[in-house]
Amino acid sequence: MRSFSYLSAPDVETALRVIADGEGVKFLGGGTNLVDLMREGIERPATVVDITRLPLTGIEELPGGGVRVGALVRNSRLAADLLIRTRYPVLAQAVLHGASAQLRNMATVGGNLLQRTRCLYFYDGAAACNKRAPGSGCDAIGGFSRGGAILGASEHCVAAHPSDMAVALAMLDAVVEVESVRGVRRIPIADFHRLPGDTPHIETALAADELITAVELPPVPVAANSRYRKVRDRASYAFALVSVAAALNVEDGVVTEARLALGGVGTKPWRATEAERALLGAPATEDAFRRAAEAELAAAVAGPQNAFKIELARRTIVATLRRLLTEGSAA
Amino acid sequence: MTVIGRPLDRVDGRVKTTGAARFAAEHPYPGLAHAALVPATISRGRITTLHTGEASAVPGVIAVLTHLNAPELKPAPKVTPLRLSSLVSGTSVGYLQTDEVHWDGQPIAVVVAETSAAAREAAALVRADYAPAPAMVDFAAAEADARPQRGNPLMPGEAKKGDAEAALAAAPVALDLRYTTPPHHHNALEPHATTAVWDGDRLTVHDATQAIDWFRAHLAVRFGIPAADVRVLAPFVGGGFGGKVSIWPGTILAALAARATGRPVRLALTREDVYRTVGGRTPSIQRVALGATRDGKLTALVHTSVTRTGRVGGLPEQVTSQSRHLYDAENIFLRQSIVPLDLLSNTSMRAPGESIGTFALEAAIDELACELDLDPIELRMRNEPAVNPMDGKKFAHRMLREAYAVGAERFGWHERDPRPRSMRDGRWLVGMGVASAYHPSWRFAANVTVRLSADGTVLVRCGFQEMGMGGATAQAQIAADALGVPFEAVRVEYGDSALPMSPNAGGSAQTASVAGGVLEACGRLKRSLAAMARRTGGDTPETILRRANLPYAEAAAGSDTRFGRISGQVRFMANLLREQRRWVKAASGAQFCEVRVDPDTGEVRVSRWLGVFDIGTVVNAKTAASQLRGGIVMGLGMALSEETLVDPRTGRIMNAGLAEYHVPVHADIPPIEVSFLDDPDPTMPLGILGAGEVGITGVAAAVANAVHHATGTRVRDLPITLDKLL
Ligand SMILES: Cc1cc2nc3c(=O)[nH]c(=O)nc-3n(C[C@H](O)[C@H](O)[C@H](O)COP(=O)(O)OP(=O)(O)OC[C@H]3O[C@@H](n4cnc5c(N)ncnc54)[C@H](O)[C@@H]3O)c2cc1C
Ligand code: SF4
Repeated sequence: MRSFSYLSAPDVETALRVIADGEGVKFLGGGTNLVDLMREGIERPATVVDITRLPLTGIEELPGGGVRVGALVRNSRLAADLLIRTRYPVLAQAVLHGASAQLRNMATVGGNLLQRTRCLYFYDGAAACNKRAPGSGCDAIGGFSRGGAILGASEHCVAAHPSDMAVALAMLDAVVEVESVRGVRRIPIADFHRLPGDTPHIETALAADELITAVELPPVPVAANSRYRKVRDRASYAFALVSVAAALNVEDGVVTEARLALGGVGTKPWRATEAERALLGAPATEDAFRRAAEAELAAAVAGPQNAFKIELARRTIVATLRRLLTEGSAA
Repeated sequence: MTVIGRPLDRVDGRVKTTGAARFAAEHPYPGLAHAALVPATISRGRITTLHTGEASAVPGVIAVLTHLNAPELKPAPKVTPLRLSSLVSGTSVGYLQTDEVHWDGQPIAVVVAETSAAAREAAALVRADYAPAPAMVDFAAAEADARPQRGNPLMPGEAKKGDAEAALAAAPVALDLRYTTPPHHHNALEPHATTAVWDGDRLTVHDATQAIDWFRAHLAVRFGIPAADVRVLAPFVGGGFGGKVSIWPGTILAALAARATGRPVRLALTREDVYRTVGGRTPSIQRVALGATRDGKLTALVHTSVTRTGRVGGLPEQVTSQSRHLYDAENIFLRQSIVPLDLLSNTSMRAPGESIGTFALEAAIDELACELDLDPIELRMRNEPAVNPMDGKKFAHRMLREAYAVGAERFGWHERDPRPRSMRDGRWLVGMGVASAYHPSWRFAANVTVRLSADGTVLVRCGFQEMGMGGATAQAQIAADALGVPFEAVRVEYGDSALPMSPNAGGSAQTASVAGGVLEACGRLKRSLAAMARRTGGDTPETILRRANLPYAEAAAGSDTRFGRISGQVRFMANLLREQRRWVKAASGAQFCEVRVDPDTGEVRVSRWLGVFDIGTVVNAKTAASQLRGGIVMGLGMALSEETLVDPRTGRIMNAGLAEYHVPVHADIPPIEVSFLDDPDPTMPLGILGAGEVGITGVAAAVANAVHHATGTRVRDLPITLDKLL
């Protein structure tokens, strides 16, 4: 690892000033992703600003039924919070399906949103990777791309977004609140992560000098009946091959409200709007669920190694909706 | 008051759990420097330029060693079975002696610095320009280039009885199947590490090794010094699984760096370094063809394999080994072929050969059982041989019938509905499968001294290696019973090449081998005490020694003089070959597996496991069960998730770490029940057959068979990931 200087920010103002004035400054949340990437030589900050002392650790109820989550709330605390577990079970479940207990104890909400892809070639300094070294090419294409995305990819990058938490946030229409010396901005989650296009190294709408201060969850009554299903290569402690965040309201056998987002398959946390459209007003049957899944996956593009994800996503969507129907949000 | 067999706690448990035990990377020396490796990033070619300026400028860097400035290293000894230590070269490459690159990951420079952080930072700054040469790294594509392996007397590469192909063609029921297994890595908890210290021309090495004596001999050759001037210490090793039998670049380069800098040097490999510089298990492509009569009598058994070595080293795996012994087929044909590639040498990994060989054979037997509509245990029993099927040699011990009978009863095998996809538990599909476990038993020469002191304590000394198996505990139990003293009175010294010579920890042979020496030395000691008693009187060892006015009495098995070692080895090898001609010796067992498969996603969860084993005498029921359980866990990884991803375009390992190389986690492991038949083998010391490797064998097949029973889908390519079940 390269030498770097370390600063623990006492308040938000200092943190914002240091990042606005400095070159190569990075915030340090739980460090579970940043430190890994520094060890691998992929991130090479000159200065690391520890933000874990900042007072951004609250989970507060908002007037109107929403919830505001501070950017430095640890993943394990978020998942254990009663408000979250009752109003947004999908979010608590998604967080608990990520990483391991030790990692969740360290990882923060802000850091989780910004965690970088697990593409094997991104992690290997000897490989060509447009995301790590813009313009160098993409060794994942034609290489080991089993984990790669089937939605939203470009010829420049096919890496899947790794976060579980962010998939639930996408389903919930969360809003990311960010701040810099220039002021505060509110970015809808759908606009927060970007598609790779021809600039896969630019991953989010966050400016280099902005700090994530909070994530706001709007009131989503249907989320009381929601669940998260993650399918992976071992029983725990692996990234999603496919994951599904879903919420469903059914009256008289007809879907009156549906929300769906996918993980492991998109280059960003994937809100399945096509599927939602197909579900609305449809009978709550296995057939309708399948048609909805197919509507979303019609745009899927896969290579030989990740072609199975199309079928797996279809099946997992159907199975998750079916289970939501019969068992509700019980974990 | 016999202690053999009792489930005693390990004698080294306390120092390990409290952290008092020092592993190879934990020895403090005044002036200790730290080293880091720079791996090549091409598979074959030459280094044209090495850019070391930036690295040298990192504060704290003492030296950047490359082929341009490193001290001389003698060539690796030519591999010959006559000189066992020559088998220990991980590769034939002269590290830092050449501009040639032979695999992606070969160390092309070593940085020595005051701290490990500085060494690693500087290592990352070394850059090389290469003139690449064409490299053959794609195993699947190289299958056609494989050539039949040349055998040696202990491991023949080919075997034949009757005309198997003709019998196959004529068989009323025939199957011809192809199986594949991917490369694997050991992933011992402790990454390889070396602390090397020179005192003039004498070398001391603390190393994570499972072959102390061979390391000593090999290092002496490479540095051109007498073996007597090399001392290798490894009292604590954090797992090896075969990955620490051979000597890999790290060990040699630590000693070279210490020589170059005049400082004690510690080289602790990162997990990625281990993947890039320590060999793993070869991938395999296997054909199993079976011919049978309608009532399930095997008429033909064909098992052939293709595996790979590195062009710079590695040995063929005995993939077809178990197929010589498990089934009484009238016609048998076995052949092992190999293809050398421009990759790091393969090496032994827990049950090399049998672990992957039993997968193909035991899955194929299950397929035949389905084809014949026969219970898979019944099919096995109908073909259970009375003598070795290849040549009529006698089995020293054979209890597979008993293992299956006990296992079927305990596991509730009769509750299994034989039809695939017929059993359910809620939304889960349930399946049950079995397979045989099989691993040959070996014994090698071990020199041991045993000393009985007048205070009643006993000291057993032997340079064997302990990697967590419980070796010291087992040998203390054996000596306690042999001398009739309490277990607590026995202390065992091991893990040091200054001690009497031991074979390496390989082939599941260490416990039996060392036991042979311990029993021999204890017998001598008792006889000399009896002689003393006749002369001077006394009825307990303590009184005898006191009357004879001696502080202790000591006896040895084997001689540690140079000549004594060589003649001991020769005598032993001759004996081994003689025994091999007479007997077939092996540990074996029956593996029972129950899986649950999610019908939507194909996720497989193993829900129950039972292994019933014949390992001969059980010396310590606790540590033996732990060996077998560990083998089963490793087998579950092999069955479901483990695979080293070697990019066929570049020969580079792309998942060199525990985040992406998926060993099983706790949630993947069901309760594992292990049961022993505990019946001594008449031909082995104390009746011990060995427990280290047999546990992993048969596991992947039992899982594959259970998955087929649950789903109706046969997966013949490991690992059984969910995409293969969609
Ligand atoms: C072995 C392993 C397995 C894992 N498995 C999973 C999994 O299954 N599912 C999953 O979803 N995740 C998984 N993770 C990823 C884990 O969730 C992330 O590492 C974690 O959420 C990152 O949070 P952090 O606070 O530690 O971020 P850090 O590492 O501290 O930071 C990550 C990035 O965010 C920036 N940053 C942090 N906070 C802020 C802020 N407030 N404002 C602006 N920038 C900020 C940092 O500068 C850095 O660039 C795994 C990680 C590991 C190591
Ligand atoms: S898929 Fe994206 S992250 Fe992976 S190698 Fe290609 S450009 Fe890099």
